[in-house]
Amino acid sequence: MEHFLSLFVRTVFIENMALAFFLGMCSFLALSKKINAAIGLGIAVIVVQAVTVPANNLILNYLLKEDALAWAGVSGVDLTFLTFISFIGVIAAIVQIMEMVMDKYLPALYNALGVFLPLITVNCVIMGGSLFMVERDYTFGESIVYGVGSGAGWALAILLLASVREKLKYSDVPEGLRGLGITFITVGLMSLGFMSFGGISL
Amino acid sequence: MSAKTKELLVKPIFENNPVVLQILGICSALAVTSSVKVSLVLAIGLTLVSAFSNFFVSLVRHYLPNSVRIIAQMIIISSLVIVVDQILKAVAYDVSKQLSVFVGLIITNCIVMGRTEAFALKNPPIPSFLDGIGHGLGYSVLLLVVATIRELLGSGKWFGITILPTAADGGFYIPNGLLLLPPSAFFIIGLVIWALRTWKKNQVEKPEYKIGPNSTTTQEIA
Repeated sequence: MEHFLSLFVRTVFIENMALAFFLGMCSFLALSKKINAAIGLGIAVIVVQAVTVPANNLILNYLLKEDALAWAGVSGVDLTFLTFISFIGVIAAIVQIMEMVMDKYLPALYNALGVFLPLITVNCVIMGGSLFMVERDYTFGESIVYGVGSGAGWALAILLLASVREKLKYSDVPEGLRGLGITFITVGLMSLGFMSFGGISL
Repeated sequence: MSAKTKELLVKPIFENNPVVLQILGICSALAVTSSVKVSLVLAIGLTLVSAFSNFFVSLVRHYLPNSVRIIAQMIIISSLVIVVDQILKAVAYDVSKQLSVFVGLIITNCIVMGRTEAFALKNPPIPSFLDGIGHGLGYSVLLLVVATIRELLGSGKWFGITILPTAADGGFYIPNGLLLLPPSAFFIIGLVIWALRTWKKNQVEKPEYKIGPNSTTTQEIA
């Protein structure tokens, strides 16, 4: 239990997906102008991440890894080169299924998330989360914690940035820096702040 | 080279840079730029993937039903990325290890997907191919500029060759450690945007909120 807890804290703060690995930057910068949009996207990322990382973990361990197909009586098959294409397929399919399920059973949440759900397919946080899971050899339990934690860390970061930008629009920024430029510098400062978590050892 | 070809190739570099103006493909631009060599490999990989995925998507554009186009594009892109990844693993294993997940993340790099969606679906194969190369170059130029600044000032080297001998090795240059840390990439790109927009005024964004003039004058206060 303690192991999972420290993994969670580490993925949210120390290895923050947005501010330490710079994943999902496109939507991070493009959709952080309004705090409501940021909340919607943040929740969507947490939910999708929490489902896709464990799903990809199962696929990797029971279908793709060397000799993973032993349970089906096939041995000596190594399908790891199919990792990328199957992960992106899984992500696209899960996003699509979630959209349909939510539309039917949770219409309120579905309307709140709106256009953000389909956008998530091409968000690098999701793909990056699955690829890090492969690289670090997480077990199934760890991959659930990692999925939730990395999603939560990203959501926290976009929420913080959106609140800064809401205030920032009233300030007098030099002409060339207006908009994207000053946002980059703000994110840089935030990321510098998050680096101070790096000293914590768990 | 006809004017059209030139426009397709050159325009995305300064006029309509994918990273600086269209906010596409920023993730990898930030994370891998601490060394010029690694950035160069990623830039070449992305340019090739972008060019060929544009080409192939454009070839099948008349047979592609609208409802499944995203997944079809994804499959084309990820097959190309697999090819790049396997080649890298075979030819340059060290660089491939350093790039870690970022080769795989070319799939979700918005430049590739954005160009197939915005250009290749509506244009014939050859212009699409050139458009892909042009946007790849726009991305590469920015990546290499940022990587050069970071590597040269951060460790006194360029492509691993010592340019500014550091004080630790008996030279004169005291390296700026901040530039090796990830946040510096944000500052550098922010400053690049500032420089580019000072040069090309039409890229400046309109203010969302205009600050009104003071309602009281200095004389009234005094």
